[in-house]
Amino acid sequence: MSIQLESTATPLVAMRGISKAYPGCLANDAVDLTLHEGQIHALLGENGAGKSTLVKILYGLLQADAGSIEWQGKPVQINSPAQARKLGIALVFQHFSLFDSLSVLENIALGMAVPANRKLESKIIEVSTRYGLPLDPDRQVYTLSVGERQRIEIVRCLLQSPKLLIMDEPTSVLTPQEVDDLFVTLRRLRDEGVAILYISHKLNEIKSLCSEATILRGGQRVATAVPDEESTQSLAALMMGDEIVVPTREARQPGDTVMLQLKAVSYATSEQHGVPLNDINLSLRAGEIVGIAGVAGNGQDEFMQVISGEVRLSDGNGLRLHGVPAGTISPSERRKLGLCCVPEERLGHAAVPGMSLADNAFLTAHHRSGLISGGMLSTGKTRRFTEQVINQFNVQCNGTASLAASLSGGNLQKFIVGREIEQQPSVFVVSQPTWGVDAGAAAAIHKSLQAMANAGTAVLVVSQDLDELMLISDRIAALCAGRLSDVYATHSVSIQDLGLLMGGAVIDSSNAGVSDLAGGLDSGTSTSDSAGAGDASA
Amino acid sequence: MSIDSNMLVMIGLTVISAATPLVFAAIGELVTEKSGVLNLGVEGMMLAGAVSGFAVAHVSGSALLGVLAGIFAGMLLALIFAFLTLNLRSSQVATGLALTIFGVGLSALMGQPLIGIAYEGLPDYHIPVLADLPVIGPLLFQHNLLVYGSIALVLAVSLFLKYTRPGLILRAVGDSPGSAHALGYPVIRVRYLATLFGGACAGLAGCYLSMAYAPMWVENMSAGRGWIALALVVFATWQPGRLLFGAYLFGGITILQLHAQAIGINVPSQLMSMLPYIATIVVLVIISRDRGRIRKNAPASIGQAFHPTK
Repeated sequence: MSIQLESTATPLVAMRGISKAYPGCLANDAVDLTLHEGQIHALLGENGAGKSTLVKILYGLLQADAGSIEWQGKPVQINSPAQARKLGIALVFQHFSLFDSLSVLENIALGMAVPANRKLESKIIEVSTRYGLPLDPDRQVYTLSVGERQRIEIVRCLLQSPKLLIMDEPTSVLTPQEVDDLFVTLRRLRDEGVAILYISHKLNEIKSLCSEATILRGGQRVATAVPDEESTQSLAALMMGDEIVVPTREARQPGDTVMLQLKAVSYATSEQHGVPLNDINLSLRAGEIVGIAGVAGNGQDEFMQVISGEVRLSDGNGLRLHGVPAGTISPSERRKLGLCCVPEERLGHAAVPGMSLADNAFLTAHHRSGLISGGMLSTGKTRRFTEQVINQFNVQCNGTASLAASLSGGNLQKFIVGREIEQQPSVFVVSQPTWGVDAGAAAAIHKSLQAMANAGTAVLVVSQDLDELMLISDRIAALCAGRLSDVYATHSVSIQDLGLLMGGAVIDSSNAGVSDLAGGLDSGTSTSDSAGAGDASA
Repeated sequence: MSIDSNMLVMIGLTVISAATPLVFAAIGELVTEKSGVLNLGVEGMMLAGAVSGFAVAHVSGSALLGVLAGIFAGMLLALIFAFLTLNLRSSQVATGLALTIFGVGLSALMGQPLIGIAYEGLPDYHIPVLADLPVIGPLLFQHNLLVYGSIALVLAVSLFLKYTRPGLILRAVGDSPGSAHALGYPVIRVRYLATLFGGACAGLAGCYLSMAYAPMWVENMSAGRGWIALALVVFATWQPGRLLFGAYLFGGITILQLHAQAIGINVPSQLMSMLPYIATIVVLVIISRDRGRIRKNAPASIGQAFHPTK
């Protein structure tokens, strides 16, 4: 009823026939988009479908080649973000527009064109507590995790009391509880009359949150749908153009060999705002996928560093790779023992932005894939290896010589994951495998992780995306404040249980379903742990 | 007794006059670098400022006009640099080096007719009452206006960067030009202004050399001070307060060797002139041990061209 009324009223914003061409590609081709006050509207599409271009045009960062924009019924020309903000448009960027060396307070002040003073500080604290997005205004941004950084962006927008709020994949780093809180916030904003343009590839979220969805594919608007009336599959089909095969849960029978073992690992970081790891125990067996859940900034970075070898332990026995003490050896040495890692940050950590894909492939694969001959790097073998990764993982690029920085986030992630998988590791550790990656690429990555585990590789996935962990992992645990919870069989825990674990709570063992299975698994885990310990003492 | 205090005052005065050009050149470069632009042409801009200031002051007889001409000359060279690196996106390092070579040559050419001409130097300004205090008076309160100006400038820049909105925008542009652009800040304009400010300060430093420090024109008279100023910015980890301290330290080192020789302590002068650079390397090693401190103050985008694409 109310929807009927809204659609006849003057729309808040109407974009008509928007076209934008880049050399060699038509990013937007006569796209229409209409938004009403008090409506949450989804913008759906794969990477490269033209979502970002459309949003940038609306936010004044880009000028359309053709088409018009009406704001509250009047034609407007949006030439700059400042002008967009003046109209009442706020944007949470997908790639954060933050300044690392400045404080949270200064970052927010810059985004709002107000002075960075005590008044703003108290407003930040007020808004962030009201919406359950805790922030310390005096912290330097470079000390914050990805998830915390995103909170800054969201709070910055909320502070501007916008008429139109654009959110580009806002939930990818939040816990289920935080997502629920955010949705409460968004619905409240909607009820207050704010229009929200919500960009996400999580179709379930869109179904629960949005009243209308515009679907883009290849720069064109293919449909405007009511998400409630569509199934997840039909929305995905509209978005991808053809039915995609979404991976399903697989039951696996893990082997008995413990491939990676962490025993009582503690690590006090020297980083100012790092999280010390405290007594971490974990056994990863061949042929299983173990998921590590947790909100950013709970020790994931340190956890990854300890495993990859960027940080060495003082005791070699703290980390064992198929029984071999490996706690004190370098990342390259660990790689030789079969451990391949993919860190969270793609550019600058997993790949050198200004180097070609071939060079980037060589950097980690030179030993395992034999890319060195006679002490020199073999360009031919490196190129063939790189081509293999590109073809196997369907990486969109201009060949092996393209720079890592020139690839889109999703494609680069496929390349990096592929580069490690092609080295056929016996232990594969990956952090945030599908962060910012579209549904198609995410499905491909998930499938390759499952295939690896089926082939006997021990796979460890650190992620904040619980849907992902619930889908692919056989066993699951959570990191909270540098401590690792017990490890549970994934099918025995609900997503709510997991949320509790991530908050540091212990799952109530009086819950029959959980206690049975978890108990069974616990004993299983402890057996293998004690077996490992026995090995160590022997 | 009185000979000793006179001696101390004299040493103090020479340290101040040796430090002042470093303060000017370095504070200008600090602002430029904070915007993400690395201008290695400080030496060249100083020389252009020195020769222009001296020439105009000599011809017009006005010290003020001379100083203004020096500032203008420094800005003119900075403008060339800014156009090449910001509009045409040439490499900042190569362009800066070229600017230094250009400045050395240009100032030598312009200065040909000025060699051997004497100039009375900038008048000292005696602050009433305070100037008459013993020891402290002559040491601190009987300088030319540029000396007071250099201290005031450091203070102003420090407050500007820390507490003003334009200062915040400047730091933001230096930290992440892409983000600043996304939020709608004019990256290229901010960098232009910062580069021009750096040029103006370098020109002023040159003026001080040719009009106060040694009031005459000698070819290549900046004698590597532009490079010391560049080192000083890193030494100070981009903090104005530390920069002032560093300028006086480096100025003191260069001047102490002369006094040391005068009283018969024989330290090789080459060793002394190495000291500022060695100190900078030591400081770099120390601060590099702590990633946080570098990331907190160093402009992350320094030396990178900015493409406002997509």
